[in-house]
Amino acid sequence: MYDSGKIIVGLLIFVGIVTFPFYYNAGKAVAKPDLKLDTPVIQQMPEAERKCVETKEFMRGGHMQLLNNWRDSVVREGNRVYVSSNTGKRHTMSLQNTCMNCHSNKKKFCDECHNYMVVKPYCWDCHIQPKEKEL
Amino acid sequence: MLERALTGSGRYWRWILFLLAIIGVGFLVYLRQFKVGLGITGMSRDVSWGLYIGQFTFLVGVAASAVMLVLPYYLHNHKVFGKITILGEFLAVASVVMCMLFIFVDMGQPMRVMNVILHPTPNSVMFWDAVVLSGYLLLNIVVGWTILGAESKGVAPQKWVKPVIILSIIWAPSIHTVTAFLYSGLPGRHFWLSAVMAARFLASAFSAGPALLIILCLILRKTTKFDAGREAIQSLGKIVTYFMITNVFLLGLEVFTAFYSNIPGHMHPFQYLFAGIEGHGKLVPLMWASGLFAVVSVIMLVIPSVRAKEGALAFASALVFLSLWIDKGFGLIVGGFVPNPFEKVTEYWPTWPEVIITLAVWAVGFLVLTVLYKVAVSVKEEVA
Amino acid sequence: MSMDRRQFIKIAGISTVLGFGGTLGLSKLKDSWASEMLQSPEALNAKHWAMVIDVKKLTSEEHYDKAISACHRAHNVPNIGNPKEEVKWLWKETYEHAFPGMEQEYMPEGIKHKPFLLLCNHCENPPCVRVCPTKATFKRESDGIVMQDMHRCIGCRFCMAACPFGARSFNWRDPRPFIKEQDENKEFPTRTKGVVEKCTFCYERLAKGEMPACVEAVKDTKALVFGDLSDPNSEVRKILSTHYSIRRKPELGTQPSVYYLIGGEENA
Repeated sequence: MYDSGKIIVGLLIFVGIVTFPFYYNAGKAVAKPDLKLDTPVIQQMPEAERKCVETKEFMRGGHMQLLNNWRDSVVREGNRVYVSSNTGKRHTMSLQNTCMNCHSNKKKFCDECHNYMVVKPYCWDCHIQPKEKEL
Repeated sequence: MLERALTGSGRYWRWILFLLAIIGVGFLVYLRQFKVGLGITGMSRDVSWGLYIGQFTFLVGVAASAVMLVLPYYLHNHKVFGKITILGEFLAVASVVMCMLFIFVDMGQPMRVMNVILHPTPNSVMFWDAVVLSGYLLLNIVVGWTILGAESKGVAPQKWVKPVIILSIIWAPSIHTVTAFLYSGLPGRHFWLSAVMAARFLASAFSAGPALLIILCLILRKTTKFDAGREAIQSLGKIVTYFMITNVFLLGLEVFTAFYSNIPGHMHPFQYLFAGIEGHGKLVPLMWASGLFAVVSVIMLVIPSVRAKEGALAFASALVFLSLWIDKGFGLIVGGFVPNPFEKVTEYWPTWPEVIITLAVWAVGFLVLTVLYKVAVSVKEEVA
Repeated sequence: MSMDRRQFIKIAGISTVLGFGGTLGLSKLKDSWASEMLQSPEALNAKHWAMVIDVKKLTSEEHYDKAISACHRAHNVPNIGNPKEEVKWLWKETYEHAFPGMEQEYMPEGIKHKPFLLLCNHCENPPCVRVCPTKATFKRESDGIVMQDMHRCIGCRFCMAACPFGARSFNWRDPRPFIKEQDENKEFPTRTKGVVEKCTFCYERLAKGEMPACVEAVKDTKALVFGDLSDPNSEVRKILSTHYSIRRKPELGTQPSVYYLIGGEENA
């Protein structure tokens, strides 16, 4: 093989760079996200009414899709009311006013998991987040 | 084939390093623009496009001009262009790359660029511009690379290339026509609302592009063993001459229509650009320089004995290029926005960050051009 | 939920593979959700929203300030202070600048220098909508409002070049530092840098059964009238059929939905 030395060194450097995130983070214990639902609004609710617009399981995996559909529906179709397929209850489709009214603890409810997953949604560039006391 | 760009003289590498340095600085400045927003440019609510979009517009023209080599060679069998069609095609590739970068750096939300594809909107000229530009880039890469590859192996190019070349000939005017439609289809922007806009764009493109090619050919002759040949350069000179005259003629039509009709909205942009309005006249010296360069270059070019001298031809070509760069890359855009829809004057002048980012995009273009020309010239040197 | 998560992933995955970048999946999802998204019962509806501005009835500076600040507060419009980067949804302009080419030397001084309230005209043939490459700005077929989807805008500013009325503003930088905290409307978003914005005829207030903020703010003057142009019995139609009204740059054929009364006298 011509230039085998150069090729092998090149390959090693390439593999080193590509796998950098793995050994950079290896051995670092990252605390599992710990979501909190204990906001004043939620606590005031009777136990039986403490239900999100959809099931917990759906929201966990599909909240981004739901929010995407909400915003298209509100901005583009002029619909404001969402009928929950879980409870049949009606909710105003609004991240800023509906979601964050109950989940006013953005740091513990949104950021905790987003930081863990290293996703950076740009919702808060525009939507005003609830005022929270520094923890 | 690309490996030919990895070996070169010290001068070649110094040039590459120089371009990389400008790109590096420009990239850092762009990061700042990305963080702060387009507020670091000189653009404003009233003049909402500036240097970036001007460069984009100008360079679409340079890209389209490749057809001025390809068409005579393939459709009229103009043999002297055989050696240099590849230079035209690769210049088109570099220009389209710059066009795309200029659009990108002009975007307020560059991370959302894919929205143009996610939500395709055929009623928007910008959608079609994205389509024709990426198509043109692809056509020129495919054609240039295939023909050069065949040449380096000493065989005839594959048969399927011919129809692709014909397609690229038809495609070239479309990219600049569509770019003109970005402007000429807007109500209320009198300076742009003109049926001859696309024709003027093509005329200025077919003079600025070949003018640049003349200069590039002369540089290649000095720095490499590749010689485009006197005849080819003289042919290019004729093309520059005719299209520059056409361009000046079309500009004259605009001036006549505006001033003989005496409609204020049509006269105002010209008055702003060439005389200034209400004491605002930042572009006046530039626009007169553009006019002067145009007149001098046309006089030099129409006299056969002057055009025949390569030094004079190069000088006239540089004047053509500069004149059109000012006219189309700057004045045309700003003139469309001044005065604003309220008949008020807000002036525009690029800021330093804006200029540095612009230079960096040009450096990217020259880097692409250098690498592609290096490959092309190396192949030609080997074959010869 | 009529579609579970697994179904969603399947559709999104397949359509992504097919090269639709998930858009096919999204539209399918939307269909399955559509029955569950409704208008609020109190929403105000019209086939063609329009505004009539009776300039004669705006008699003091205070009227203008009230209308403008109501609008700008309701929508968290920043006060940047630099005319080059200014964001405005509703603003004042004198007659000669609002109606360039229509001014003449001998017209009444009272009109020549009278401020006119300007806003997005919500044109019937909006050039901004025609040029937008992502449908971020679009005309609502239901009521004619020209909307701006700030989530989708890529900041190309083609709409600003296309609008003959200077109604569109670009966020040249993050607008948030220019919104006073005590003025902030916590129920409405701000914008981010790099997107275009403009008046939306208070679509968010109409959805709640409220009139636009500017109309509400100067209600007692009756200077701003908002209503359905397609309804012959609406107040806007009654005014337009009995008064001489003008629109900005009618020769461009965009068909503005904002009308101005400058005489004020009945002229049936």
